[in-house]
Amino acid sequence: MATFSFELVSPERVLFSGEATQVVVPASEGEITVLANHAPFMSALRAGVVTIDGSKRLFVRGGFVDVSATGLSLLAEKAVAIEEINLEKLAGEIKNAEEDVRDAKTGEARDAAVEVLDGLRAMMAAARN
Amino acid sequence: MASLKDLRNRIASVKATQKITKAMQMVAAAKLRRAQASAEAARPYASKMEAVLANIAGGVSGSEAPALLAGNGKDQVHLLIVCTGERGLCGAFNTSIVRLAREKINALLASGKTVKILCVGKKGFEQLKRNYEKHIVELIELRGIKNIGYGEGEMIAKRVISMFEAGDFDVATLFYSRFRSVIAQIPTAQPLIPAEVPTGKTGGAAASYEYEPDEGAILSTLLPRNIAVQIFRALLENSASFYGSQMSAMDNATRNAGEMIKKQTQIYNRSRQAMITKELIEIISGAEAL
Repeated sequence: MATFSFELVSPERVLFSGEATQVVVPASEGEITVLANHAPFMSALRAGVVTIDGSKRLFVRGGFVDVSATGLSLLAEKAVAIEEINLEKLAGEIKNAEEDVRDAKTGEARDAAVEVLDGLRAMMAAARN
Repeated sequence: MASLKDLRNRIASVKATQKITKAMQMVAAAKLRRAQASAEAARPYASKMEAVLANIAGGVSGSEAPALLAGNGKDQVHLLIVCTGERGLCGAFNTSIVRLAREKINALLASGKTVKILCVGKKGFEQLKRNYEKHIVELIELRGIKNIGYGEGEMIAKRVISMFEAGDFDVATLFYSRFRSVIAQIPTAQPLIPAEVPTGKTGGAAASYEYEPDEGAILSTLLPRNIAVQIFRALLENSASFYGSQMSAMDNATRNAGEMIKKQTQIYNRSRQAMITKELIEIISGAEAL
């Protein structure tokens, strides 16, 4: 099958750079699968799992997907390989985030806390599957 | 003339200082390597971000462009974000950033603009406070943070964006020190709002893109992120510059201490010898008198 160049970068490091045949991306309006010679396309990301060639899975949150003639690039604010997620630590973080939501005084702070919590929950769900 | 004991004490104290500066130099060298690595790791993201932004911004123009991209059309209130280190003992690192900021402040004030300063890092705050205390709106300290992560950049960006949305300023400029090499750090002023869009790469390609949900929605989430990335990159460059600067400053200090020890030891040995000679002469002349 034809391959295309794929890059997954977060602000702190490059997580994947190389050739891929098929990448599933959690775009904001639903999951999309990118194959070689995909039409130029751009979308925001939602929290979810990126699957590279059906095997390598990574959790991403917040960012963009950019399909151009040169290949696919994924900009993710946060990205971790599924196998690197520490479930116990994550459960602790979720508990903290839930408390933050409860303690939030202003509407803005509450929204921010809920967003963090949703991200963490999505990460948990991704790690469980 | 200092006594022998004084000289001995002085040599011992310079030696102790030298040990400290030597240790600081080595610590700075190790930290520099780490800071440099993370600055390099951040580069692909920033350059991708720039490419994406250039792509989209080419398609959106004129009055429909969001304020973060095109500015709000005014040029009266300037916000200067001055990023400096949290510590001293790093040569001219903090001073050179502050000097650049000061020049800009004076130029702006002279042309009748309003200036607001947001300090990131305590050292710059201390230096700017002397002359421009009433202009400083906030100090963000990163003292407790060992490794600068994207979170810090995001936090500062949120603060800046909320100020912008509240109409507290019209134009934002970021001051930091770009890391060229261990001996060269370049203080830099970078326009943040309105965003500086790299031109030249934009073109017909933008038109054939498909956007989901749509260009405007993507742009409105992209721009705040872009600001966060810019600040994050500035912080990383700054920390690499800081350690580079500190390393060369401490290297100098160690060398100076070495020279001083050499000189003092020479004086010490000379006066010791002179004393022995003097005592011998006293004994001999005493024996002769008998």
